Amino acid sequence: MTAPVDVGGAERRKIPLIDGIEKVTGRARYAADLDHADALVGRILRSPVSHAEIVRVDVAKARALEGVVAIVTGEDCALTYGVLPVAMNEYPLARGRVRYRGEPIAAVAAVDAATAERALELIELELRELPAYFSSEAARAQDAMLLHDNKPGNLEREVHHTFGDVGEGFAAADLVREASFCCAEVNHAQIEPHAMLAEYDPLSGRLTVHSVSQVGYYLHLMLARCLDMDASRIHVIKPFIGGGFGARVEVLNFELANALLARAAGGRVLMRLSREENFLTHRARPHTDIRLKLGMRRDGRITACECEVTQRGGAYAGYGIVTILYAGALLHGLYDIPAVKYDGYRVYTNLPPCGAMRGHGAVDSRYAFECLVDRMARELTLDPFAVRRANLLRAPTRTLNDLRVNSCGLAECLDRVEQASQWRERIGRLPRGRGLGLACSHYVSGAAKPIHWTGEPHAVVNLRLDFDGAVTALTGAADIGQGSSTMVAIAVAETLGVPLDRIRVVAADSAITPKDNGAYSSRITFMVGNAAIDAAKHLKRKLVEAAAKKLEARPEDIQCVDATFFVGSGEQSRLPFAEVVGAVLANEGPVTVKGSFTCPPDAQGGKHRGGAVGSTMGFSYAAQVVEVSVDEELGKIKVEKVWAALDCGCAINPLAVEGQIQGSVWMGMGQALSEETRYAEGLPLHASLLEYRVPTIAESPPIETHIVESHDPFGPFGAKEASEGALAGFAPALTNAVANAIGLDLGELPLSADRVMEALVERRRKARRSASRAAAS
Amino acid sequence: MRLKLNGRRREDAVAQNQLLADYLREVVGLTGVKTGCDGGECGACTVLIDGNAVLSCLTLAARCEGKSIETIEGLAAQGRLHPLQRAFHEKLGTQCGYCTPGMILAAEALLRRNPHPDDEQIRAALAGNLCRCTGYVKILESVRAAAGMAAS
Repeated sequence: MTAPVDVGGAERRKIPLIDGIEKVTGRARYAADLDHADALVGRILRSPVSHAEIVRVDVAKARALEGVVAIVTGEDCALTYGVLPVAMNEYPLARGRVRYRGEPIAAVAAVDAATAERALELIELELRELPAYFSSEAARAQDAMLLHDNKPGNLEREVHHTFGDVGEGFAAADLVREASFCCAEVNHAQIEPHAMLAEYDPLSGRLTVHSVSQVGYYLHLMLARCLDMDASRIHVIKPFIGGGFGARVEVLNFELANALLARAAGGRVLMRLSREENFLTHRARPHTDIRLKLGMRRDGRITACECEVTQRGGAYAGYGIVTILYAGALLHGLYDIPAVKYDGYRVYTNLPPCGAMRGHGAVDSRYAFECLVDRMARELTLDPFAVRRANLLRAPTRTLNDLRVNSCGLAECLDRVEQASQWRERIGRLPRGRGLGLACSHYVSGAAKPIHWTGEPHAVVNLRLDFDGAVTALTGAADIGQGSSTMVAIAVAETLGVPLDRIRVVAADSAITPKDNGAYSSRITFMVGNAAIDAAKHLKRKLVEAAAKKLEARPEDIQCVDATFFVGSGEQSRLPFAEVVGAVLANEGPVTVKGSFTCPPDAQGGKHRGGAVGSTMGFSYAAQVVEVSVDEELGKIKVEKVWAALDCGCAINPLAVEGQIQGSVWMGMGQALSEETRYAEGLPLHASLLEYRVPTIAESPPIETHIVESHDPFGPFGAKEASEGALAGFAPALTNAVANAIGLDLGELPLSADRVMEALVERRRKARRSASRAAAS
Repeated sequence: MRLKLNGRRREDAVAQNQLLADYLREVVGLTGVKTGCDGGECGACTVLIDGNAVLSCLTLAARCEGKSIETIEGLAAQGRLHPLQRAFHEKLGTQCGYCTPGMILAAEALLRRNPHPDDEQIRAALAGNLCRCTGYVKILESVRAAAGMAAS
């Protein structure tokens, strides 16, 4: 493990992205921008029905069309793909059965888009329709047909975890309350649509792909698996990527289909999905039903938690098992709760498969928890801040479900947002229709046990030093816009003591960069950051030894600041960087060093089934206050302001941390207020950015950020993740603020105007009924 | 079709049904013009036509006869970033960068007709440009900063 480095100077500055100039000038090339002048155009034929047996797929007429170069169907790939090795139950192109409307059945490569689209129309499909299920309830019904024969009850996974004595906990409570919550399915809606340029050279038998993947390594593995190719003949390159948020954190069917097409065509194929197809590809946060029961003592101490979560997972496994485990595992790690019982159900339905989305698994159960805690606090006339403070974890500790908590700055987060929002002065004194709400949240800084557990280090970074004096960091970590390459550059520059512009980062090219698990579970800063520091220390040792020799000093007396080596005060002799580089090269030639990071086994979760999920080396912590005004005539909620504090351990680049806090809080706002996928008999009604309501700048509030630094003992420079932890708090803080504003307890996301209106009308109706009853008696 | 593109005159034969976005990307090779949706939903393809912000995915190339088109590639001149580009870079108004060219051009159209907009005017001018990364906070700061830079 890398020992923490003292926080120095350079990393405290607000540093723009090292690839920011490419982005603002339009020079940045995303997958669809790569030169594709001679490439074929790839298109996918998708299932028009939600559940059916495939009787016949006849491509003869399509193949005969002039300009069609290749067509692939399920016949061309009998190998499944997926995320967990135990749950790979999806084919790149459907075989035997289609299980959701929009599932890929065939793919065409043609000389142009019009020809490819015409060819799709010429493919003859014979499908025998089967009963389809569009809700968890319908799919779990006794007589429901099974989507997957080995999954009785259409359950992908049931989880039953009990830690501590829940019965005893509830008995010790002064107040026990139970409530139901429901969160609509949402989508990542990253602005760049999925795209991939694939090239197969039949002469060399090599495949090269440029794809939007957040997980190039997993893509590489799945390409080798589904194309039955030796992995050494595959080259996966990440171009600039227009956001991810989890959309590209599993290998996608279109990527495999396009690679199959390229091989069948023996050439280059560009496939770019429409926005509608992006929604059909989905893999985002599932529709979730939550039943939650909490016990609380009069002093606000939570004595027990019982939570049942049902996720409508869609047609295939994907990340499902991980999502349903996260929803329970991350009930822990935020507060100190003596007893927690969790029952989770991940259900197969005839809808596009769900997957991982920012805040993976934790968001919806956190929503229920933070809402119910607030309601109970109100009943006990306790302040929302006081209740949270009564249940704080004290780091270092281990949670009931065996997760390590090495640092926790939640107390300070609470202090910061309480002061900044002037909570004490304002709560209870706001006019009707105006309210404040609080919620807390947390997230992992990288899964301590990766999906493909091989025993190797969790991250490796290589550093090259050559005659030009540039330091090149080679990392497989996928920068998808979050700025991870900038983070690597800062970590290396800071450790070496050289200016940032001496560092060049080459990222995510399987022919050059060391394997990396990818951009997910907020692992890069913690794991890759530590590996980068480790590599830089190795390189620095070589530089310092060479400098010491030249200066006739002891290596331990050598300092390097601003790329200049010196001894003591540096007044006698100073060596410029180039001279020291020359000395190192004279000694051993161009240098490549390796740094790595490994999570120790005791951080990799408990021994219980599914115990690895939730395990991490560092939890980030967040508290946020949301201020709203509610129009009781229209049911419209306006977010006036958000104050968000995040404990990210140490802000290696405060500018990037602010951006991540704002982005994650805002994404929570989208889910809380307006975003929702809707289907009619499996047909998406939301499949455009007009129907799927991502907030615009016009309805987006000021978000004031507060960075809290708990200096994690194991994080790089003490840092933890910054991009997911604050997301889950927004929706409950909003809901609590609405309760504060108009006295209504809502529990169904999004809090769209129609839902708010419905609750207001219901309240009026109840009031009238009780008034007339009172009059009658 | 004759037009002025980023200050240079051009003449191209275009199909009657070719969209401006496709013309700029596929014919001219200006891939700074992004497309993020199936037509008129996201604002990523925003370009300037005679100084006005227009969605190039909803505009026929043939309709641009005699007009002056500006894309993100035309903003930086003589090795210097345009004030909006500098501000978006330095203030992290860009994260993944995909919405950035359209966002900057929409802001440029605003600043040309109103060099000192208030926040509400900036919000109104950019309301058709979706960003999924920033929560718009630093985009607003970037536009404000660029307006300030240009003023000073």
